Amino acid sequence: MIATYNNADRTRRAVSAVMTSLTALCTLLAVSALLIILSYIAWRGIGSLSFQFLTDVPRPVGEGGGIGNAIVGSLVLLLISSVIGLPVGISVGVYLSEVGRGRFTDGVRFIVDTLTGIPSIVTGVFVYAILVLPMKHFSALSGGVALALIMVPIVARTTEEMLKLVPHSMREGALALGAPQWRVTLGVVIPAAAPGIATGAMLAIARISGETAPLLFTAFGSRFFPSSLNEPIASLTVQIYNYAISPYDEWHAQAWAATLVLMTLVLGINIIVRFLTRKKF
Amino acid sequence: MPVQTVVPKIEVRPSSTAQAVTGKAKVSVRDLDFFYGRVQALHNISLDIPERMVMAFIGPSGCGKSTFLRTLNRMNDVIPATRVGGQVLIDDRDIYAPGTDVVELRRKVGMVFQKSNPFPKSIFDNVAYGLRINRVTKNNSELTGRVEEALKDAALWNEVKDRLKTSALSLSGGQQQRLCIARALAIRPEVLLMDEPASALDPIATSKIEELIFDLKAHYTIVIVTHNMQQAARVSDRTAFFLLGKLIEVNSTEKMFTAPSEKLTEDYITGRFG
Repeated sequence: MIATYNNADRTRRAVSAVMTSLTALCTLLAVSALLIILSYIAWRGIGSLSFQFLTDVPRPVGEGGGIGNAIVGSLVLLLISSVIGLPVGISVGVYLSEVGRGRFTDGVRFIVDTLTGIPSIVTGVFVYAILVLPMKHFSALSGGVALALIMVPIVARTTEEMLKLVPHSMREGALALGAPQWRVTLGVVIPAAAPGIATGAMLAIARISGETAPLLFTAFGSRFFPSSLNEPIASLTVQIYNYAISPYDEWHAQAWAATLVLMTLVLGINIIVRFLTRKKF
Repeated sequence: MPVQTVVPKIEVRPSSTAQAVTGKAKVSVRDLDFFYGRVQALHNISLDIPERMVMAFIGPSGCGKSTFLRTLNRMNDVIPATRVGGQVLIDDRDIYAPGTDVVELRRKVGMVFQKSNPFPKSIFDNVAYGLRINRVTKNNSELTGRVEEALKDAALWNEVKDRLKTSALSLSGGQQQRLCIARALAIRPEVLLMDEPASALDPIATSKIEELIFDLKAHYTIVIVTHNMQQAARVSDRTAFFLLGKLIEVNSTEKMFTAPSEKLTEDYITGRFG
């Protein structure tokens, strides 16, 4: 009975081969699309990159200028939204996974899922109504709040999923040593899930750093370096949007370069966070 | 599969035959019922566990022996929709009485689980965990001393003393289980519950754990759940046999494996079912 295959065997092997090639083909398609986008942006953007471009403020057409204020503005907005959105989102995730039980928790989970699907422009209009109108002006703060609102549900759900991956036996082990519930959660469960939670946070940050719509009515944009969180602030995405819809070739080129910068920024943050939360044990 | 009719030869450690059943009851269970939702898992169980002895729980899968073990340190509290009736007295205090501090109870009644469950921390931090959260030690040198002592008690010290700072997950399965025992011993519990502590281990690691149990009973009251009847015979002084959520028989281990008083026990031990 060595190496004799009947027909059923042959069919099974053929189907298996076809399916394997199909998955490989789809993977190849997805990855190459990504690579084409990345290399196209690099190709179009790299020409306008210069030290001046990275540090200067925008100038009228023909005078060069740069996106220094937009880079700073984007970082400030990411910082504000992370400071608000990450603690809230992680707390909600911890509640959903570790604390809450029953129908109320199911309700919270449903609402969080619904929030994930809200179009970001709606979030922008909402923050415009509750923050910008009462304050009577656009501000970095309201931009940060809008982005934080987008972050919270993403961070909450990934945190919940990551915490649920921590084996139940680990919780019981800590409880059996006389640890109160809150110490089990803080000292054992969250550290065990930390790399996953950080990845979730990363995804959320990457997602909001590409958001333009919620910033249009909140952070608005600015031609200067920010001096206060209570003022309108520039951002890479809004800058890209404004330059891309302009009729000037120079600004189009700058929009490509700004896109390249934005992508590098996200990649950089990603690498730093990966490094900081790499698995120690 | 032919029905096994050969009576397996089970050797009882001679020393356990010498132990009389006179020890004071450390744990005293009275009319205990336990429910998972509407399903009753334990029926009217009454049982005394004498101090500084090893008591083994045997019985087929699903007979309630693990559930019963977990009622002794209220680990079942974390499972939703469970309910307990009756009393569990430890040192004459009902642990299910209102106002019982579960955290304090679990410091007194340690537990080792079937699957080793070290925390993703260093070896040292694993053993120090219970000491730290309970603020047992006053300073660092005392903490280090207690960790060393616990690791020595769990017969793991020599294997890990040079790498206390490395991850607990780098240890082998048997070492991880002994680490979990060390972790439980570090806070010096009075009762140690072991839920099939050797079921996932090879024979060498198993014999190490069994020797450990034999040494530990000088200081601790030990309750061990096991599927392995030879193991029960080797390590325990008294044995309780569970079937379908009921306690069928509790007796000295020697008597249990040589002349059980219940027909059901005999049938189980001789391999006629289960």
